[in-house]
Order: sequence, then C-alpha cells, then structure tokens
Amino acid sequence: MKDTTEKPVLLTMRDIHIDGRSEETWSPIIKGVDLTLRKGEVLGLIGESGAGKSTLGLAAMGFTRDGCRISGGMIDFDGIDLRKASETERRALRGKRIAYVAQSAAASFNPAHKLIDQYSEAPVQHGIMSRAEAERDAVELYRRMRLPHPEEIGFRYPHQVSGGQLQRAMTAMAMSCRPDLIVFDEPTTALDVTTQIEVLAAIRDIVAQFDTAAIYITHDLAVVAQMADRIKVLLRGDEVEEADTRTMLSAPKEDYTKSLWAVRSYARPVQPPVTEGIPVVSVETVTAGYGAADILKNISFDIHKRRTVAVVGESGSGKSTAARVITGLLPPRQGRVLFDGAPLPADYRQRSRDQLRQAQMIYQMADTALNPKLRLRELIGRPAQMYLGLQGKALTERIRDLLRLIELEPDTYIDRLPSELSGGQKQRIGIARALAAEPKFIICDEVTSALDQLVAEGILKLLDRLQSEFDLAYMFITHDLATVRSIADEVVVMQNGRVVEQGPKPEMFQPPHDPYTELLLSSVPEMDPDWLTRLLKEREKKAGKG
Amino acid sequence: MNVLITLFWIAVAIAGAMAAGWLFRAAAVALTRGGTARALRTAPVTAGFGMLVILLYVLVALFAPLIAPYAEREVVGAQFLPWDSTHVFGTDNLGRDTLSRLIYGARNTVGIAFATTALAFAMGAILGLLAATVGGWLDQILSRIVDILMAIPALIFSLLLLTIFGTSVPTLILVIATIDSTRVFRLARSVALNIVVMDYIEAAKLRGEGLWRLITREILPNALAPLVAEFGLRFCFVFLAISALSFLGVGVQPPTADWGSMVRENAALITFGDVTPLLPAGAIALLTVAVNFVVDWMLHRASGLKE
Repeated sequence: MKDTTEKPVLLTMRDIHIDGRSEETWSPIIKGVDLTLRKGEVLGLIGESGAGKSTLGLAAMGFTRDGCRISGGMIDFDGIDLRKASETERRALRGKRIAYVAQSAAASFNPAHKLIDQYSEAPVQHGIMSRAEAERDAVELYRRMRLPHPEEIGFRYPHQVSGGQLQRAMTAMAMSCRPDLIVFDEPTTALDVTTQIEVLAAIRDIVAQFDTAAIYITHDLAVVAQMADRIKVLLRGDEVEEADTRTMLSAPKEDYTKSLWAVRSYARPVQPPVTEGIPVVSVETVTAGYGAADILKNISFDIHKRRTVAVVGESGSGKSTAARVITGLLPPRQGRVLFDGAPLPADYRQRSRDQLRQAQMIYQMADTALNPKLRLRELIGRPAQMYLGLQGKALTERIRDLLRLIELEPDTYIDRLPSELSGGQKQRIGIARALAAEPKFIICDEVTSALDQLVAEGILKLLDRLQSEFDLAYMFITHDLATVRSIADEVVVMQNGRVVEQGPKPEMFQPPHDPYTELLLSSVPEMDPDWLTRLLKEREKKAGKG
Repeated sequence: MNVLITLFWIAVAIAGAMAAGWLFRAAAVALTRGGTARALRTAPVTAGFGMLVILLYVLVALFAPLIAPYAEREVVGAQFLPWDSTHVFGTDNLGRDTLSRLIYGARNTVGIAFATTALAFAMGAILGLLAATVGGWLDQILSRIVDILMAIPALIFSLLLLTIFGTSVPTLILVIATIDSTRVFRLARSVALNIVVMDYIEAAKLRGEGLWRLITREILPNALAPLVAEFGLRFCFVFLAISALSFLGVGVQPPTADWGSMVRENAALITFGDVTPLLPAGAIALLTVAVNFVVDWMLHRASGLKE
C-alpha cells in the first residue's frame, strides 16, 4: 500500500453512462459512475458478472465493445477529453499511454506470431523504439516479470509457454511503452492458485517499479485486497461504495458489500468419518490414461453415503479423469470401481440402465451441459421418463416437484429454453437433471467455478440441503480450496495423477502437511491485504534455508 | 437516351420489387403471431421479396391447370407466333402456347428440384449425422465412399449414370439426389462433429440414450440451422443441374414442359432478336435469386449476428 493522495490526478470519469444494444433497443449497462485515479494508484473494481466492471474498465480507454455506446458523462485522461477526441487521437494513446491486459492471455495472443514480435509491435508502431531496442527492452521486462529464460522465451510461440507465463508476458507487453495507465481485466481468474501467486507478485512489483496507475478488475475479493490501494464495488452498473482497501475490508458500509465479504465464511458442519459399512463408490487401485501416457497412477478412495469427498488439485492433476473412470467414459487400464460393493463394468455401454441411473454427473459449464434447443420440461423430464417410466401427468408433476426442489417457480420456468436462464439457474437445472434419476451418488465437476461467489454459495447450500434430504454421496471435484472448506467431509489431494494426501477435512487443514498440500493451502489468497507480502517473505526465507 | 430509359426501368423494377417485399413482410407479420412474427419483423426487405417470389412460384405450380390459358401439350397455332393478345408470349417450335408451358414448367421443374433436394438431404443428413455420432470404422467407410463420389465431376457423372439407367423422371431424381447428398453428408458430418463433443451429448450417452434418440433429439436440433441454409443453396444447384441436363437432352423428356428444355427448343429465336427463349431462363434466375435472399437471411440468423 502506498499513499497516493498527494499525486496529480491522471484519469477522471464523471457521471459515465454506457448503453448496450439488445434486440433493437438500448438498455443501460453503466448508470452514472464517477471514477478518479491518481498517478501510480491502483484501483480495484469488483462486482458480480454483469455488474459492468469490464465495460467501465474499457471506457477508461475511451473504448466500448461492439453493440455498446457511451451515452453520457466525461472522460478526462491527463487533460485529454477522450469522448471528444477523434478516433486517431484515441488510437495514438492506446498501447502507448493506456494499455489493457485481458483475462485470457491464451486467447488474446496471436498464435501465429512469436511473443517478442507481438511485444515489439506497439513501441515500433508508435515510433518510440526501433525494432532492435524493443527486443532488448522485452528481455529486460521479461526478466523483471521473473519469466524463466528471459533471453529466449520471447522467441517462442504462445502455445509453447504455460498459462501463467503467458499472462506475465502479456503484462510485460502492456508495459512495453511504459504507459501511465494499465487496465487489468481479471488477469488471474483462469489460472491455478499456485500459478496465480507468481503472476500477482510480478504484476504488483512492476506496477510499483514504473509508478503506473492501474485499474484492476476482478470478482475475487482476496486478490483485489493484495493488489489495490482503493476498492470500488459495482452492482448492476451502479457504484455501491468506494474506500481505501483497508477501510473497505475492515468496515464496509453497505449491506451488499457486507454480503460479498461474508460469502467465504459459509461452512456446513462436518459429518463424522465413516469407518464401517460398504462405501457407495469405491475406487480401487485405478490406473488409467489416454494413448500411451498414464494420467491416473494407482489411485484409491472411498465415498460413503451422505458424505462429500472433495478431490482437489491443479489443472492436469487427473481430477476429471478420475470422474471419467467412475462414469465409465474411460475404462481403466488396471483396477476397478465398486458400487455398493459390487464391481461396475468398466465401459458405460456395458452398464445396466439401473447402474447408469445410480451415478449422475453435474458439469462445470452448464452452458454446454444443457442442450440449448430443448425446453426445461424435456431436459429435466427425460431422465425421469427413461429411468422411472413416468408418463403424462405423473411426469409433469415430477418435473414441477424437481423445479420446486431447486427453488425455481414451475409455472414460470417449465417451458423455458436454457438461454432464457441466468448462469446460476442453469446450474440448478443441471442439478435437477441429476436428481430426476433419483441417484445415490453424484459427481460434481467444478460446479461452482464458473459462477459468481454469491450465486456459487447458493448452489453449495442447495447441494448440501439435497444431500441430507436424499442421502446422497457426492464426489466434489474442485481446484478452489474455499469451496472445499465449506462443503467437504473428506479431502483427496491429487498431483500429477497420484493421490498425495487424503483424510477427513479437519485433519487436512491442520499441519503437518505433505509439501504439495502445504503449497496449495498457502497459495489461497486471504482477505488480509498484507497476505501476499508476508507469504512471499516466508517462502523466500524457506528457500534461503533450503 | 435509350440507355437512360433502360436504366429508368431497371430502377423502377428494383424499387417495385423492394416495395413488394416490404408489403409482403408487413402482411406476413400481421398474419402470424408469436415467435414467427418476431422473426419476420427482423427480416430484411430482400428476404421479404424472396419469400413473396417463392410463394408465387408455389402457387403457380400448384394451380397450373387453373391459371394456364391452354393445356401443356396442346398445339394451338402456327410455329413461333409473335407475342399478341391470344398468345401472350407467342408459341414455340411446335406451335404450343409459351405462357402455358412456362406455367406447367414451374410445376415440373420446381417439383422435381424440390423432390431431389429433399431426398438428397434425407440421405446426406442421416448418413452424415450417423458417421459423426458413431465414428470409427463406419465414419471411415462412409467418408471414403463420399470422397470417391465427389472426385468425379458431377455433371459428367450424372450424364454417365443417366445414360446407363435411362432418362425417366424417377431416375433423374435418384441420380442427382445421390450425387448431391455427398455434399450434404460432408456438411452434416462436420457440423455434427462439433456437437458430439459437447457435455450434453456426453450426458445423454451416460444416461443410456439410444443412437436414434441421440441423433434426432440431441444432435439434429442443434445442426438444423446450417442444414436449412444449405438446403436453400442446394435447391438452387439442383435446379440448375436439372435445367442443364434438360438442355443437354438427358433431363426432363419432351413433351413435358421444362424450363431447361424450353430454352433449347426455342434457342433459334434469339438469332432473330426475339427474347422469348430468355423467359424460362429468367424464371430460373428469378427463383434462384429469391431463394438466395431467403437463405442469406437464415444464415444471418443462424450465425447469431445481430448487426
């Protein structure tokens, strides 16, 4: 944290109104927001999806996405009125004095050009450096961003570099013209927690070194607490409140902000571990993989009735592959899966209809998990019709019951298409579809990671309620340890296809840990603004000792 | 001066067509309700014009005997009579009424083209979706067969097959449908390949759905938009193919009225500065343009573009 109140004002936005076009009419997205940013200051913009964070961030560059327009207000960037400036003048600013870092570096880099070519483009275009100077400068910035092999990494293509490194390379690229302002649009959302730390630390350092002002957009409060000097909370295009980071974290004024802060505190009571009885699902020494490579190496775990087992790990650790083995999509090379003590056929095509019914799955992306052309009546009704043989009135009644279970009003929703629902509602339909089969066991594959925190909490509470109501066993695949904390009874930690550690949740969150579990646990951002500084110091100390 | 007058009439024709399209769209919006009306309201004027023309062709084809002043094959006067009040577009090389034959031609040519396209789509789409869903050996075998069929130039291949199997209308339909279904197969397969990797297909497979239900309820509805758009385009190609084959003498056989053969039979008139042989050609062109207007609009809607 630094004191920036004495510094000159860089960006002023007054009473900004932005409209979005939908179906021939303009509807407001931003409804009169003010924003002031001083030189070298980092402002955190937080809010749920649809709150208008990105739209406001882009407007700071005098830019709107297609189908949007700035309908009112004033944007003053260092004495230049961005709304009155011509497109040529604005373009001269972009990249040179204002830069933008997008959420997914993987999707934003041009895959056909080397990183260093893309780095050099802006400085050479704006006539600041020659090509050779730009390349020397790139190596320097890659070093400052703590990228491995800074001399060589620029000569790779985007797909040859990991996600975290790509995000850092993109930040370096934004820095290439030493801009006065950088807009960061969720730069770490797509990354694993352990990778996120490196990117956060690198971004924070480089912004401080060059005294760059930044707008940091995110929905993750703990992240924004590490990065921002001040925080502004947005809700449906309106400002809720704004304060400096410490004040905002310790004493939020508005109810909405308080509810955002409270989300992470949700935790259900832990059930005592089951030691006897036959587990509902039992994975026994399973080795599986695609082609020649083994993705899963000799893993075993049990899931008991009314218990939630969280399977945790980074992307590529084999969590989802484990789910594919259980569902029968990927027959294992060795080992087997038992259901209620009896072995399941390895391939889902050989399983009986009843075996298929007993194990259901809820997907991460409800968008791709629900057929967009079917109405909810059929989406939810089909499993009930297939497995339970319900027809006509009985089927409709069952669908209505299921909708009520997931807290959606049957009359309003039964004939809707998935595209007419919000993200959280779609995920609820995914849950209802699983429930319609009246299963004993449900695999939840990252069900909350695509959702806003408040919505995700609603889903977790719903799953919890349904578990006690129907005696369900859950396998909960996630990379988010906050979710584990709130819902799990037992935890299985996976790394590179092996189970590193497993046991009841209270034990797992107590030391001593396996080194990998330790790394995972310590990488979860906390709401304390000093967390990142402290963590980096600790790790440095440890590395020094080692 | 002549050029100016021609330009003036072209402008009038375009303005008239646009006005007709606009009126038709307004009428269609007023007569329908719900989703259809909403979709029609966003339709461009060109699509309105296209739909109007298609509707007119369909009406003419359906009610040909009521509309045509003379019978299809009736010799009503001398050969190559000029345009007058009894024979609006004159008579043809055997002395049959050109207007009547044009009207009956709509029934034959459009009807055959429609049947052919429908058959091509039924075969191509079902096999394409099946190949994408089942994959593996079935996909390999079907795809290679299609590759072989597509390697032979379509016109020469259809000439060859028609020479072997004879030139009746059912043979014509079957031959052109088979050749055209290869294109539909390729499209259906590639569209379906993008759909079968979706989570909802995985969910349906895990639910234990059979192949038929998987294809008809889960995949087909999501592949329909590009297939419908392709249907319009294919229809035009089939139309042209039939006309071309008729012109070459292996398509629709005389004395059945067909626009392609009508051009050939009366082609000699062109040398005398008479535009009559161009009328059936114009009828083909107009329908092709109209269908493409509608297809453009559908493609636009299917691609989800707003502006």
